[in-house]
Amino acid sequence: MPRRVTDSQGPAGAAAPELDLSEVRRVVGEIDPHGNLIAVLQHVQAHYGYLPEPVVNEIARLSGVPASRIYGIVTFYAQFSTEPSGRHKVYVCHGTACHVAGAPRITEALEQELGVADGGTTPDMSFTLDSVACMGACSQAPVMRIDADTFGNLTPDTTRKYILDVLAELGLSAGDLRGDGASDEGAAGDAAAGGGGAR
Amino acid sequence: MSAPTGAPEGVRVGVVPAAGGKRRVQVCAGTACVFAGSMKMVDAFEHEIAEAGLADQVEVAIIGCHGLCSQGPLAVVSGDETYYPKLKAKDVKRIVAEHLVGGAVVSDLLYVEPGSGERIACWHDIPFYAQQKRIALRDVGIIHPERIDEYIARGGYDAARTVVTGKTPEWVVDEVLSSGIRGRGGAGFPTGQKWKFAAASKSDQKYLICNGDEGDPGAFMDASIMDGDPHAVIEGMIIGSFAIGARDGYIYVRAEYPLAVRRLRLAIAAAEEHGFLGDHVFGSDWSFHLKIKEGAGAFVCGEETALMASIEGRRGMPRPRPPFPAVSGLWGKPTNINNVETYANIPWIITHGAAAYAALGTEKSRGTKAFSLAGKVVNGGLAEVPIGSTIREMIYGVGGGIKDGREFKAVQLGGPSGGCVPAALIDTPIDYESLAATGAIMGSGGMVVADDQTCMVDLARYFLQFTQNESCGKCVPCRLGTKRMLEILERITAGEGEDGDIERLEKLAVTIKRTSLCGLGQTAPNPVLTTIRYFRHEYEAHIYKGACPARACSALITYHIDAETCTGCMLCAKKCPVGAISGERKQPHTIDLAACTKCDTCRQVCRFEAVQRLTGDERAALGVVADA
Repeated sequence: MPRRVTDSQGPAGAAAPELDLSEVRRVVGEIDPHGNLIAVLQHVQAHYGYLPEPVVNEIARLSGVPASRIYGIVTFYAQFSTEPSGRHKVYVCHGTACHVAGAPRITEALEQELGVADGGTTPDMSFTLDSVACMGACSQAPVMRIDADTFGNLTPDTTRKYILDVLAELGLSAGDLRGDGASDEGAAGDAAAGGGGAR
Repeated sequence: MSAPTGAPEGVRVGVVPAAGGKRRVQVCAGTACVFAGSMKMVDAFEHEIAEAGLADQVEVAIIGCHGLCSQGPLAVVSGDETYYPKLKAKDVKRIVAEHLVGGAVVSDLLYVEPGSGERIACWHDIPFYAQQKRIALRDVGIIHPERIDEYIARGGYDAARTVVTGKTPEWVVDEVLSSGIRGRGGAGFPTGQKWKFAAASKSDQKYLICNGDEGDPGAFMDASIMDGDPHAVIEGMIIGSFAIGARDGYIYVRAEYPLAVRRLRLAIAAAEEHGFLGDHVFGSDWSFHLKIKEGAGAFVCGEETALMASIEGRRGMPRPRPPFPAVSGLWGKPTNINNVETYANIPWIITHGAAAYAALGTEKSRGTKAFSLAGKVVNGGLAEVPIGSTIREMIYGVGGGIKDGREFKAVQLGGPSGGCVPAALIDTPIDYESLAATGAIMGSGGMVVADDQTCMVDLARYFLQFTQNESCGKCVPCRLGTKRMLEILERITAGEGEDGDIERLEKLAVTIKRTSLCGLGQTAPNPVLTTIRYFRHEYEAHIYKGACPARACSALITYHIDAETCTGCMLCAKKCPVGAISGERKQPHTIDLAACTKCDTCRQVCRFEAVQRLTGDERAALGVVADA
């Protein structure tokens, strides 16, 4: 589970207090960024959940590799993100088999239920919805993954049911996702109490 | 590998005895089965077996992809090899009570062959499996992928030991050359030639790379080999390293395959422990060190020069060849790159001899090829057949025909670099040359079946969107050309196509193919060119008639409830997520077209086929206002 630093930018884009960069130093101490930049970024992102600017700058400072080159890699590969993602991740497969089996309608159903466009994160930072190229489960198409749980042979109808079940399990409503069901303080308190430091 | 002499079908041999002579229940843990819930079945078997007091007699083991993914989750009971498909927790309880305790096959849970309706107990007898010839997949779905002993028990590492301790590199290169095997990644370059060039390069340092960056959507052969039989890849690489003289190797694995990474790591550690990897492998003078490099999500890294740039920690952008990797590859050193499936074949070729391999397939395309069969086919999954088998044999023989009795329209081969072969060419042999003549390619082995409800223009748009998104941006034809093509296709599928669009697409396609730097751009137009070639009428219907013949493009269809057929059961109204359907009970319902989002739910839930998708003139004819 990617762990994000406490006090990262909140949904309102509040100024981020100092990031704890000790993990960057640890990783760079262990893996030489020269020739292994991708591995360094993978390890660092696994810790912070994404690659915020101070983290990239720190790798640059420690290694002497220009930040521009690091950004060149970060923006090239799909795995890296400079934006924080939601606590829960919903991935819809858009491989060929899933596409012909109706994956676009699965994404549409999720966009409606989560109130967020494909690739986006709900304002309360609870869910990120994204498309992936192929999960290799073509015979169960269309398929999706919600965190570690996998769902196959989807229809828009069953998709709605599954995501609503997950929301119910988490005690979240559509209003919560939009960030207007509970105040920011409430959401932050909830994360601190039950989110396992995920935010 | 461990096939007794005279038993050619790798799949038919080798029930792996569990440790301590226990009986075994094997549950498929391939990706599709995991999606279908197979890990819950593992827990259920363990629970029920313990409850029945059989824990010391029966072992539950996971296996790699067993192949028939449409039937997942599935389990095989060792000994009689009884096959239980589409498992549910309550089935597990019965299998344990009736089969494992009672000793009788649970006949109503057995596989049913589509068409004949026959129930089949032993999986070897199921046509899907019986029509295959498994070489690269010989152990996939048979052994526990995390136990090196099971690989060794089936003859694993014998080939590598033989080569390293008793043969010369020249002998190995000759053997691979005369087997006739060609690169299974897609391009089909003769593997023996590649090895010969790399072996001839003089250098203090050479590298051997396995390309596990399987990026074609709809293809999962390499994933299945890496997570189902990782040692086969490692053994093939040991043999390759010896042949070309590379003491260091990398397996580059796609970022989206965490299970493959995990299994390969375990396998490498186990092979090192056994002295099969590292210094002095098999006690010889030969040393081979193997590492894993995880990709970070870029389709273009499947191209060999881009892949090497990525291993070096850079942006994965291709460079012109020559120099070829055999001369100047990773870190500027001579390098040999082969695909996962290619390496997995090598140990079998060494053990059984080049002649045995060359006896399979066609004159120019020897051996077998693994395919992932998916889409609108009854029995989808992982299948390996002799090259030269026809598309018909693959779809109707192995695949059991088209789902829901619908009409076969085309098969898409080779993913974003490939093309669509129409139903009229169903007897085309699947080999490099015959497929190239159709405009498609053999490719890495993705095979997606389309039926009459698949829109070929939309399928072309889908692939262009993929390649456009994955274009690395280095060369102009690919970067800008694919974008322009995509824009045209988007307009056509949105019902805004113009006269001349088809010709514009053709012109762009030819230019991009001729002038792009790497394979991605050179092949990206193939899905468009083949669909225009065989389904031009569909393009024309979109552009000139505002119609999508497959009724798939949402901008060109209108949902309509047929008043004659509708029974007024109210199910669609209840299920409509936007409340667009209204009507009294037992009265025909109607759809508010302004509110309808075309999510298709009403049509899917209707039990009377009353919900229709109208397109083109039908919309006006029925007085339905087109809202596009």
